[in-house]
Amino acid sequence: MKFTRREALALGLGATAVAMLPMRAAAAADEAIAAFTGGAEAGAGGITLTAPEIAENGNTVPVSVDAPGAVSILLLAAGNPTPGVAQFNFGEAAGSQAASTRIRLAGTQDVIAIAKMADGSFVQATSTVKVTIGGCGG
Amino acid sequence: MAKGVKPRVKVPKSASAGEVVTLKTLISHKMESGQRKDGDGNLIPRSIINRFTCELNGKMVVDVTLEPAISTNPYLEFDAKVDEAGDFKFTWYDDDGSVYEESKPIAVG
Repeated sequence: MKFTRREALALGLGATAVAMLPMRAAAAADEAIAAFTGGAEAGAGGITLTAPEIAENGNTVPVSVDAPGAVSILLLAAGNPTPGVAQFNFGEAAGSQAASTRIRLAGTQDVIAIAKMADGSFVQATSTVKVTIGGCGG
Repeated sequence: MAKGVKPRVKVPKSASAGEVVTLKTLISHKMESGQRKDGDGNLIPRSIINRFTCELNGKMVVDVTLEPAISTNPYLEFDAKVDEAGDFKFTWYDDDGSVYEESKPIAVG
């Protein structure tokens, strides 16, 4: 296969456009994070996010989060059309600050969990999930 | 709009005082995300369960906000601390205003 100069340029432009797409979605996720934390910096550790490395079907991806001592946990999918997934608020009768559910992922992306601790600090965990078939219709 | 919605919960029959038990809930619901299109290319309007709560004797166990990214037939698993016998009350809130309720007793002993 041989490329002319024009084709090579067009390919390059196309690649740039594709690279820009996830960045836009990531910005929406950043906004959702900022709304939850109020701009505070999220630390690492103290939160465990369990998600499969490869999900064959993006329609049901099992995820679980565990953040001992958390008041609430926000779950986000940075690459979905809308990044929000769920927010768990734990009450006084909660046995542990952990929950599991099944989520939809539009494609290969990062799943983000942020926990608000009882002392008002935030911790964050990220897990990349490879999705073979996306789960948002289309 | 939402038809055939059936909540299912799994709660242990009994627990010892202070024990942490795992609760599993599932409700059959389409969870239409509002992103999909029908055969004519029209957007199918969003219709999801947007909130779920679980209480034990009036004390909140967990209050979950659900977004369209939650799968069809939303499944939730979480833990509750049982100090005394009583009833778990599960409530699901639909986008169309419907509220689905389920309750399960738990004994201590």
